[in-house]
Amino acid sequence: MLINLRTAYGEELLALAKENSRVVALDADLCGSTQSVVIEKNFPERYFEMGIGEQNMISVAAGLSLTGKIPFAHSFAVFASGRPFDQIRQSVCLPKLNVKIVGSSCGLSDFGDGATHQSFEDLATMRVLPGMTVFCPADAVETKWAVRQAAAIDGPVYIRLNRNDLPVLFDEKTPFETGKPLVVKEGSQVALVATGTMTAIAMEAAGLLETKGISARVIHLGTIKPLDTAALAKAVNGVRGIVTCEEHTIYGGLGSAVAEALCAAPLPMRMVGIQDRYGQSAVCYDELLVHYGLTKENIAAAAEKLL
Amino acid sequence: MNPERIAELKEKARAVRLGIIEALGLEKRGHLGGSMSCADIVAALYFYKMRHDPKDRFMPDRDRFIMSKGHSVLAQYAALAEAGYFPKETLKKTKTLGCILQGHPERETPGVEANTGSLGQGLSIGIGMALGGRLDGLGYHTWVILGDGELAEGQVWEAVTAASAFKLDNLTAIVDMNGIQAVGKTCDRYDLGDIRGKFSAFGWKTFEIDGHDMTQIVRALDEASEVKGVPTAIIARTVKGKGVSFAENTHAYHNNLLTKEQQEQAVREILAM
Repeated sequence: MLINLRTAYGEELLALAKENSRVVALDADLCGSTQSVVIEKNFPERYFEMGIGEQNMISVAAGLSLTGKIPFAHSFAVFASGRPFDQIRQSVCLPKLNVKIVGSSCGLSDFGDGATHQSFEDLATMRVLPGMTVFCPADAVETKWAVRQAAAIDGPVYIRLNRNDLPVLFDEKTPFETGKPLVVKEGSQVALVATGTMTAIAMEAAGLLETKGISARVIHLGTIKPLDTAALAKAVNGVRGIVTCEEHTIYGGLGSAVAEALCAAPLPMRMVGIQDRYGQSAVCYDELLVHYGLTKENIAAAAEKLL
Repeated sequence: MNPERIAELKEKARAVRLGIIEALGLEKRGHLGGSMSCADIVAALYFYKMRHDPKDRFMPDRDRFIMSKGHSVLAQYAALAEAGYFPKETLKKTKTLGCILQGHPERETPGVEANTGSLGQGLSIGIGMALGGRLDGLGYHTWVILGDGELAEGQVWEAVTAASAFKLDNLTAIVDMNGIQAVGKTCDRYDLGDIRGKFSAFGWKTFEIDGHDMTQIVRALDEASEVKGVPTAIIARTVKGKGVSFAENTHAYHNNLLTKEQQEQAVREILAM
């Protein structure tokens, strides 16, 4: 079953806003795409159209949080995290403010719009900030959990969201926990540690490896920061190597976070991700995933090299 | 306003200036010039205009103050100490390791509402506070002091358009127009042109005053808080370093040390103002 992450996000944001009157939304002229439009339609007084001005939007969100509101500030991931980086650092994270930044259409998912609209750097720039929590959900179920968790955390949160219909991997019983790895498939020889959209593709890679007689464990990291190092070390215990899988540059994202976490007791690693490049336009999302080496075949080949 | 009240406020401004010298101390670089230029305005806000209570710091309907030109926070620290937010002795420890009085405003300091220092962000934060206050039906006013040099930051003009679009009559920007930025005169280094005209063109109700004339300051604060339907800007003509002759109208004391002799001279001159 496929469910669109943006749709799931909008449904949960609206449900949250109905329960909690402190929740407000801001957007920089992309509310139809990010789905913050659900707040404008249902609670117009709690929606703030900030025009195409992301820097002002983030500092305004900081001000709103200082009056007790729980602002969710939206744009495409590349603009939400990149344009106002200094505002996120200075206005929001330094004073530990309760601002939620939602980076929509992340990675390659805005396939048609090309390099300016595709974000491969946001996990790196957001996780480097002290006090920031970074969620990168893999499906609609986890997206809804991330909305709830973001509201429950008293502090800055970045949620990275894909814009496409994605397979549903989890259900309401899945024991999500901030910072904890989730073993989604058992295996003994190699660990595929993935985040966001790449978790579903890592599952397919594990299937491919199985046909070659290789047992792969799939570990989903829906939180990039904070990261429970001990829990991650336990989750990868016993394998001979790790392949990290992310729709993001290999510099500073999931692969780096895993390497940092395990560097005291390292395992051989390979990183599947964007190789220090910018994006480009294509007629469909899958075409870009192939072009940038983010397929089950790429992951399986990386795993085989470790063994 | 009666002359005794104005005289009282001038004494508060003197106390703020002495507090700035105290906080600056010796052997520490500090932003003397921009703190002195806004000292009278800061005194008028804390000791005349704003509803606030150091014993009830978080009362929901308190007026909000943001020093967007965060480097001038010494003026705010001096006012907060004078108002009783923390002991005056704390001023001496400004900018020392672990002190609540950092080089730029941080919320850990009692009375400081927002972190500023990366220029250009304070007015936007003030918009958020003004929107939040309106949403909650609270009648407070948000006051933001900006520097004229700071107006080169593009985000300020995003905020100026936003405040106008949201018709925030509970928000006032006060431009401490001392005409000098870190490296020289603003008109020589980066000429911002007609600042009042720019705010007016963006739909703000504007006032222009002598930022060292207490009567003009309190009148402008009163008038600005009464305006309905649009945000207000007070363009205050000021003198960088006002009150300390060797620091007046120069960028040399934008961020600098005082010698013992200079410190004594500064105190003498402030007492004689």
